[in-house]
Amino acid sequence: MDDLYREVIIEHYKNPAYRGVLEPNDFSFEDENPLCGDQIRIDLRVDENNRVTEAAFSGHGCAISQASADLLLESIVGKPLGEVKKISKEDLLDLLGLDNLGPVRLKCALLSLKVLKAGIYGMGEVGDSLDRDEE
Amino acid sequence: MSSHSFGVERVRADFPILSRALQGNKPLVYLDSTATAQKPLSVIRAMDDYYRNTNANIHRGVHTLAEEATADYERARERIAAFIGARSTSEVIFTRNTTESINLVAYSWARKNLSSGDVIILTEMEHHSNLVPWQILAEEKNIRLEFTPVTDEGELNLQAYQNLLELRPKLVAFTQMSNVLGTINPAEEMIRMAHEVGAVVLIDAAQSAPHFKVDVQKLKADFLAFSAHKMCGPTGIGVLYGRRDLLEAMPPFLGGGDMIKKVTLRGFTPNELPHKFEAGTPAIAEVIGFGAAVEYLEQIGMDQIAAYEHTLTRYALDRLSEISGLKVIGPPAEKKGGVCSFTLEGIHPHDIAQLLDREGIAVRAGHHCAMPLHQRYGLPATTRASFYLYNTLEEIDFLAEALEKTKALFG
Ligand SMILES: Cc1ncc(COP(=O)(O)O)c(C=O)c1O
Repeated sequence: MDDLYREVIIEHYKNPAYRGVLEPNDFSFEDENPLCGDQIRIDLRVDENNRVTEAAFSGHGCAISQASADLLLESIVGKPLGEVKKISKEDLLDLLGLDNLGPVRLKCALLSLKVLKAGIYGMGEVGDSLDRDEE
Repeated sequence: MSSHSFGVERVRADFPILSRALQGNKPLVYLDSTATAQKPLSVIRAMDDYYRNTNANIHRGVHTLAEEATADYERARERIAAFIGARSTSEVIFTRNTTESINLVAYSWARKNLSSGDVIILTEMEHHSNLVPWQILAEEKNIRLEFTPVTDEGELNLQAYQNLLELRPKLVAFTQMSNVLGTINPAEEMIRMAHEVGAVVLIDAAQSAPHFKVDVQKLKADFLAFSAHKMCGPTGIGVLYGRRDLLEAMPPFLGGGDMIKKVTLRGFTPNELPHKFEAGTPAIAEVIGFGAAVEYLEQIGMDQIAAYEHTLTRYALDRLSEISGLKVIGPPAEKKGGVCSFTLEGIHPHDIAQLLDREGIAVRAGHHCAMPLHQRYGLPATTRASFYLYNTLEEIDFLAEALEKTKALFG
């Protein structure tokens, strides 16, 4: 029916491996996309070398935003935070296998990355700058 | 009335956009008229004709074009005044849309007539445009806002409304038809009840005026707001109807040209109604287009339109009820207009809307500018299919089939 809803997206949406919450955690941050009501919280645990040991996301939203969160977390477990910080929008879209999303759905796809970066930097500004370079 | 005798194919032929194909070869199935309606050729032509032949600024000019443009503009006002049963054209103020009409009442009438501790009664099913202006006012003037609750079935709880009226509100404002639930509220009765306690009543007719006969005198509405773009007219133009004595006593809203009779360096005398509330050069082409839209709707007949939409709604509710996991929010067909907002288990409204779009079907996903109402039902978002005079039973079949396909994909 549609190439946007490829199997990998439906699969990660229906059977996410990283859905849940981590309590306690080293980082926890959440944000929403007011346009569609998508909401994502990401919790991380890191070891003494600032390497991500565990990650989980919770919240609700469309298949694109949820699958994107699951794929993103899958890709960062085991990585040092320094490297995680460098993940770009393009990296995430590559993971999703999506390259020509409209502006509305792009926000869905990138919500998890916005939350993750803001969580790591411990402030909201990173997320805002992510928004900005979309324009 | 059957869809056959309504002649929907003839109606469809009046709307150029409906012959557009999408996604390659799929016919457009436009089920988002609650957001904005499509425009018939007569409206497009009226505006085009104005720009080609009569374009001029109105009211002050003495040259031929200015006189013709003024006459066309005021003729549209007459037509719209008659359409809603206003006593006179002085009661029909042109604004940009419903939102601006409501803000006009909040800024002008309410700021003058309400003071600290006064009560305004709204409902839980309001569009943000009938909430936020009152929230701004409440904050500024310490006004108490109360809300008539919505039942699980999607109707207003009239007993609770009756109880709230004991607070002796200065203003009661509510929508005549919900843009999410489709609920048609018993406006006449609610207005009568509000008047018994001395309240002024504002009706949000954004969804009612396009779909059935709205008569301000029969309703006894004090203020009534609606937008052209939801009733086959252009964007950027709406109406505030106001009872003449209320409008006369109100201070101007925006200041500038056209709304004055006389200006000195330190003062001004406001113009007569309705011009007192129409500052600056108005949306002339849009007003003329609005007049053509009203003429179009009247030619078909508001009662015929309402009856046909009722057929569509009954059919849609039946068809949608066959889809397992799908739940429509709002009352049964007898109590609602052509709006079906629904959830489909396990699939987010955005995904539904996107997948339907790939089939050429335009629906809306989200909170439809009614976040508090969605919170009331514990839903972050719904998918909304809405119908107008040009929709067909076959299009509802397409919708149902596409929803089954969507479900299969998410399996
Ligand atoms: C019930 C209701 N009220 C108000 C509005 C606001 O209309 P507009 O955006 O034209 O001002 C809408 C439109 O979505 C509506 O459905």
